[in-house]
Amino acid sequence: MSNPSTDSGADQQRLALLKDGIWKPLPLIRDARWRWALNAAVLLYIVLAWLSVDVNWSRVAQGMDRGVAFMASFLQPDFVTRSGEIFTGLKESLTMTLAATVIGVLLAIPVGLGAARNISPLPVYLFCRTIIALSRTFQEIIIAILFVAMFGFGPLAGVVTLAFATIGFMAKLLAEDIEDTQKEPLEAIRATGASWLQWVNYAVQPQVMPRLIGLSLYRLDINFRESAVIGIVGAGGIGATLNTSINRYDYDTSAAILLLIIVIVLMSEYLSGYVRKWTQ
Amino acid sequence: MLTLTGLSKRYDTGDLALTDITLEVPAGQVMALIGPSGAGKSTLIRCVNRLVEPSSGTVLLDGQDITRVRGTKLRQARRQIGMIFQNYALVERLSVMENVLSGRLAYLGFWRSFLRQFPSSDIKQALNLLERVGLETMFDKRGDALSGGQKQRVGIARALMQNPKLLLVDEPTASLDPKTSRQIMRLICELCREQQLAAVINIHDVVLAQQFVDRVVGLRAGKLVFDGPPSALTEKTLTDIYGEEDWSTTTGETDESDEAAAAAIDPLKPIGQGGHP
Repeated sequence: MSNPSTDSGADQQRLALLKDGIWKPLPLIRDARWRWALNAAVLLYIVLAWLSVDVNWSRVAQGMDRGVAFMASFLQPDFVTRSGEIFTGLKESLTMTLAATVIGVLLAIPVGLGAARNISPLPVYLFCRTIIALSRTFQEIIIAILFVAMFGFGPLAGVVTLAFATIGFMAKLLAEDIEDTQKEPLEAIRATGASWLQWVNYAVQPQVMPRLIGLSLYRLDINFRESAVIGIVGAGGIGATLNTSINRYDYDTSAAILLLIIVIVLMSEYLSGYVRKWTQ
Repeated sequence: MLTLTGLSKRYDTGDLALTDITLEVPAGQVMALIGPSGAGKSTLIRCVNRLVEPSSGTVLLDGQDITRVRGTKLRQARRQIGMIFQNYALVERLSVMENVLSGRLAYLGFWRSFLRQFPSSDIKQALNLLERVGLETMFDKRGDALSGGQKQRVGIARALMQNPKLLLVDEPTASLDPKTSRQIMRLICELCREQQLAAVINIHDVVLAQQFVDRVVGLRAGKLVFDGPPSALTEKTLTDIYGEEDWSTTTGETDESDEAAAAAIDPLKPIGQGGHP
């Protein structure tokens, strides 16, 4: 139902071409001058950006040596010398990860319900969206620094950090999934006279459950990776062990830790793929 | 039974969807609501169970004004009104049994429904209804494993599970092939007569409506323009409702020509299959 009278000139032209068997899809931006201006602007940006990059090549050359030493140690990772510390760190990280994911997901569910515009009144929606925005604004490291200051060094700060970050991530994606649910089953269950909780349980939950499970598993492996990073600022776990080994120039141990992180992330990737297939 | 008085609905966009509808449906009467797309048919039936809030006017169900009620009272009013949808509106990831039993939600507390602890009387009733619609062996199937006609039968069973006094039916056959459409219409109308339910059925297919209902109400641009028995539909009244068109094949000799048309439809041939919505 487009309005043919507004730009009939162009349409007539296209119609004439069409009759000669020539057709091209409509460009994204109608006006050719705007198209060229935009292209020129992008090109200009790239040139300016390139010129503004200031690289100290001699420093890069120096650093290369250290980088090479670091990489070389991967060829002989040392799992043994500090095996006790590595094991403790890993155990702590896995505990933190699981605890933070469970707490975060449980807290994210009500926030996600509240942040879905199609099922929540405006004040609740705005409140829940604010929680999500707060949780997503700050990177995990910044939150971890705050919580380390509040709770002291150690895994408690890590768990709280990861749980807080999980709320924003899960609630946002859950809310979006709820907003994408089919409208008719929602109407149908409401028409039976079901209460709000029954309605969520019977009409909303079945539609979002597979994705909720998939996202929780995805967040589990994000949290594990993040636990390695936030350990560096003192929030416990394998990150603390990794940080110590790097500070001691003990790259063989660092390599061993990194390899273990890679293996665990790969395993959880495989596991979550399997579970997601099963929930479909 | 159902009495609408001066019912109007203006959407937030300013569109006046219904203007001053006054209508009475006695118990046991099956009424078809016909009219062109956008005439306000869906809005009208959704105003009755408050899926859409009417802007003014009253809806009386057995003397109770349900436009004023809120909370628990509203849910108690809704459970007396079964609804059947165009696209079946099953919760596809729930089983057939859960879908049917969801008609009992308003009679149950949250924890019992959450734990799926339905009283055995409800379970027996659900089985009876599934037998009545011919799906008793499907109770463990998931909603998305059914065909369109089967989904609509489950939708009917869910609505009747509420032990309603009134059925609201929104385009029950719009997504079904001609043969299934007839079976579904016949089933709905039989069930209404068996249980003395009043029904308001939105329907596009005038011929199908004429065959099964007691009364036809025509809506055009949100206003009531026709109210009478199916036999009173003439070319002129159809023009009043829908606008100018050659109606000669629609009115008059409906019964014979239609049965013949239905008989001529071979389900294996692509022609005559129910069109896509």
